[in-house]
Amino acid sequence: MELTVQLGQTVLNALAYLGSLATLSARAAYYAVVAPFQGKPVRAQRAVTQAMQIGVRALPILSLITFFIGLILALQAAYELKKFGAMNFVASAVAISMSRELGPLITAIVVIGRSGSSFAAEIGTMKVTEELDALETMAINPIRFLVTPKFIAMVIMLPCLTIWANAMGVLGGAFFGVTKAGFTFLSYLHATADALFLRDIISGLIKSFMFGITITAVGCQEGLSTGAGAEQVGRSTTSAVVISIFLVIAVDLIFTALFFFLGGQ
Amino acid sequence: MTSRSSVGPLNEQVPPAISLRNLRVSYGDREILHGVSFDVQQGETLVILGGSGSGKSTLLRTLVGLERPTSGEIWIKGKNLATVSADELDYIRRHMGMSFQGGALFGSMTVGENVALPLREHTKLEDPTIDIMLRLKLDQVGLSGYEDYVPSQLSGGMKKRAAVARALAMDPEILFFDEPSAGLDPIIAAGIDELILELKQAFHMTIIVVTHELASAFLIADRMVLINKGDVVALGTAEEMRTSTHPRVRQFLDRIAEPAVSQELDYLQMLTEDRHGNRR
Repeated sequence: MELTVQLGQTVLNALAYLGSLATLSARAAYYAVVAPFQGKPVRAQRAVTQAMQIGVRALPILSLITFFIGLILALQAAYELKKFGAMNFVASAVAISMSRELGPLITAIVVIGRSGSSFAAEIGTMKVTEELDALETMAINPIRFLVTPKFIAMVIMLPCLTIWANAMGVLGGAFFGVTKAGFTFLSYLHATADALFLRDIISGLIKSFMFGITITAVGCQEGLSTGAGAEQVGRSTTSAVVISIFLVIAVDLIFTALFFFLGGQ
Repeated sequence: MTSRSSVGPLNEQVPPAISLRNLRVSYGDREILHGVSFDVQQGETLVILGGSGSGKSTLLRTLVGLERPTSGEIWIKGKNLATVSADELDYIRRHMGMSFQGGALFGSMTVGENVALPLREHTKLEDPTIDIMLRLKLDQVGLSGYEDYVPSQLSGGMKKRAAVARALAMDPEILFFDEPSAGLDPIIAAGIDELILELKQAFHMTIIVVTHELASAFLIADRMVLINKGDVVALGTAEEMRTSTHPRVRQFLDRIAEPAVSQELDYLQMLTEDRHGNRR
């Protein structure tokens, strides 16, 4: 009986949390789309700074990681394909798994580590030092001021990063293809282009757009709900990362299933 | 809703800057303020005194709209803060300034950007005008030339001054201070008291200060209100407070410690009862 009650409570809490994420996203979207027409402009400069932070500064580490992932994929695919003498399929295996799945996912995880955590830490610290209260007493809405620029930057930059990640993954695959599978660099690229359909890339980008909303909502929500005291900022940051990774994978599952059953395969 | 005039301002000519009527505030099921009522007159400096946990900070947070009362009324600029819409609250807040205990300056901006922020957000002033205004505000608090510093480069006292400059940015009618001298050495704290007095003389604004520093309170206050356990214990001028015979006022002003539980039976009772007075 007690177990049932506890389980029910956990489910209720989880639903309430998802509700708070949805509310936060909706409010941020309101300040991004509707409010500018009511004379409350978006802080575009801040959004650009955030986009630099989320996107451009992540490029070196993201490039390295996705290059490795592409290489790993090629090696793993070759292990099986070698048996059938079908090494020429390495290119398509890498291209499809990168653009449909690993490109968006790995990018999201890198961005969670870099930016999702820093959103929680930044907003959490502002909560602890009464800066959020100060914004409110100055009649400045913290959602418009802090959260909306992050949302805008994230939903633009995450798909961009994902495209870059796909390209680096292909490059990683090509490294193996050229050195061990008898491709030339150009023939590898041709094989990749032949294997990919636009829908493979688009489905990955739709997912990364949704990941962007998820990561920002969790990071900001954890920051905003930080309790009193510096140690709470650490707690918020940790839970922002853990919850983001979990929810990104859940969103991934939902959208992958959706694309599959809607006939996108 | 009661009309503005029927809440009975004490001063016939000028309506009070703030009127509190039976204000109650709770966190969850714990009531912090149990029905607080008083008026703050235009242009006066009111000091809210009280010990830790007395509810004085909650009272201040409620006055600036950071907490919503569970019942009661707060009349500021003809609007009841307890029932206003978000837009009306923003309107009232543009006429208020608040200096937080730790300054609450935005660490990612320079001092100048901090002070200019309310102007940039709420006015359509051009940048050169904003620059002039922010220099003026910084000069008023004695921080001329510090506009390009970031808050982490400032000392505690300078941070508070910068926070006051930011609170002054919109030329508020009412200025709130949360523990202005907390964490400062006596000389710097005296400087902040001087600043409050200067602002009062120069701009005739209504100033509300929450503090437990008695010396500073007697220096700056026109009137004082003593809060204890969520109730107003006494309200009066500095002189009235000094001569008050109310035991709580005397205890606070004479700095007498809370009497220890001496009786064995009382002690036993304290241990075995929960906070509602029921036996465990």
